[in-house]
Amino acid sequence: MTSGLWELVLKGIWTTVQLLVLSALLAAFVSFAVGIARTHRLWIVRFLAGFYTEVFRGTSALVMIFWVFFVLPLAFGWQLVPMWAGTLALGLTYGAYGSEIVRGALNAVDPAQKEGGVALGFTPAQRMRKILLPQAVPEMIPPFSNLLIELLKGTALVSVMGMGDLAFSGNLVRLALQESAGIYTYILLIYFVIAFLLTRVMRGLERHLKAGVR
Amino acid sequence: MTWDWSAVGEFMPLFWDGLIVTLQALALGSLISFSLGLVWALLMRTPTRWVQWPVGIVTEFVRDTPLLVQLFFLFYVLPEWGLTLSAMATGVLAIGLHYSTYTMQVYRAGIDAVPPGQWEAATALNLSRTRTWRAVILPQAIRRVVPALGNYVISMLKDTPMLMTITVLELLGRARLFSQEHFQFTEPVTVIGVAFIVISYLASLLLRTLERRLVR
Repeated sequence: MTSGLWELVLKGIWTTVQLLVLSALLAAFVSFAVGIARTHRLWIVRFLAGFYTEVFRGTSALVMIFWVFFVLPLAFGWQLVPMWAGTLALGLTYGAYGSEIVRGALNAVDPAQKEGGVALGFTPAQRMRKILLPQAVPEMIPPFSNLLIELLKGTALVSVMGMGDLAFSGNLVRLALQESAGIYTYILLIYFVIAFLLTRVMRGLERHLKAGVR
Repeated sequence: MTWDWSAVGEFMPLFWDGLIVTLQALALGSLISFSLGLVWALLMRTPTRWVQWPVGIVTEFVRDTPLLVQLFFLFYVLPEWGLTLSAMATGVLAIGLHYSTYTMQVYRAGIDAVPPGQWEAATALNLSRTRTWRAVILPQAIRRVVPALGNYVISMLKDTPMLMTITVLELLGRARLFSQEHFQFTEPVTVIGVAFIVISYLASLLLRTLERRLVR
């Protein structure tokens, strides 16, 4: 492979990393917003959050990407930059999966902790911030770590829309060299290394957070 | 926003054709992932690390890399190696292989959850190794893991649109074909989006019933 082609792959890695970080941030925000809403005391809030989860978890990520790239501009006139369109589709979809993690971890906190907060006169927001979340967040890290790997794998889908991510650069190199075994092996290895680094980071984060609680 | 019901009507015949292809891919992919996953799980239980390590590394690698790139790999590389499969067969193989690395973990958990007393009883009854697995351990393990396997069938369903990228005309492929011919994107993509939500919701209801009947 020539250096020009490697440069293409490097650009692809950069796009994939950018997309991963942006969509992970959006997914984290959606996860917490929807997950916390699912433990709300008003039924209508719980219902709407549950409806969101069912809809966005029910549909396929690739169909969602198609929808954001093709239907959103035509039907509503919102033409998004590819990076933001990809972020939106991935963040909303994976956020729905994440909201289940947040809800599960919040429900797993000992009810006595919540009652303790009520007895001490904490407001619901204070209870959430100072009692429930500090105990629930460390428990969320291992499932979130798995979800992050799923998200990394999901970022490859934007290449179908012609976005120049890592998978797309692989296709370009294949066309340039007329040879596929080598380049796809490299691409798969690069994804594997990124996934490995992510699990390491998440494990470190888990240790750090757990040290703060106990 | 314009919504054209006549476009939906025109798309429907294509939709049903695509649905059949999607369900076929799903059924075959599930079959491969269920059987291959069991093979991985059993290989991981062999006592020598010369089997455990390679299987562990390969499955970890397949699990942590995108299915889309694996699809391209199989679709473009297998012919270079002299093995030419149809696009559908390649897609089914890729999905089955990818998800076998997930079902493998499900089986492992199921096998680990069989109480040690069952193993000891099998030893006490002097059952052979094969018979212990076939008549005692696996029936109990598999019964426990059916709901978890079902969840992966739903995940697989949501990954079948990727087969479009290797020219298989499943739901999304038909929707794209229709859009390109009629210049109407909104209707077909929305119809299949809703179809995916409905199918996976129905499947999860079905699964919950199954779970109640199997795991008591």
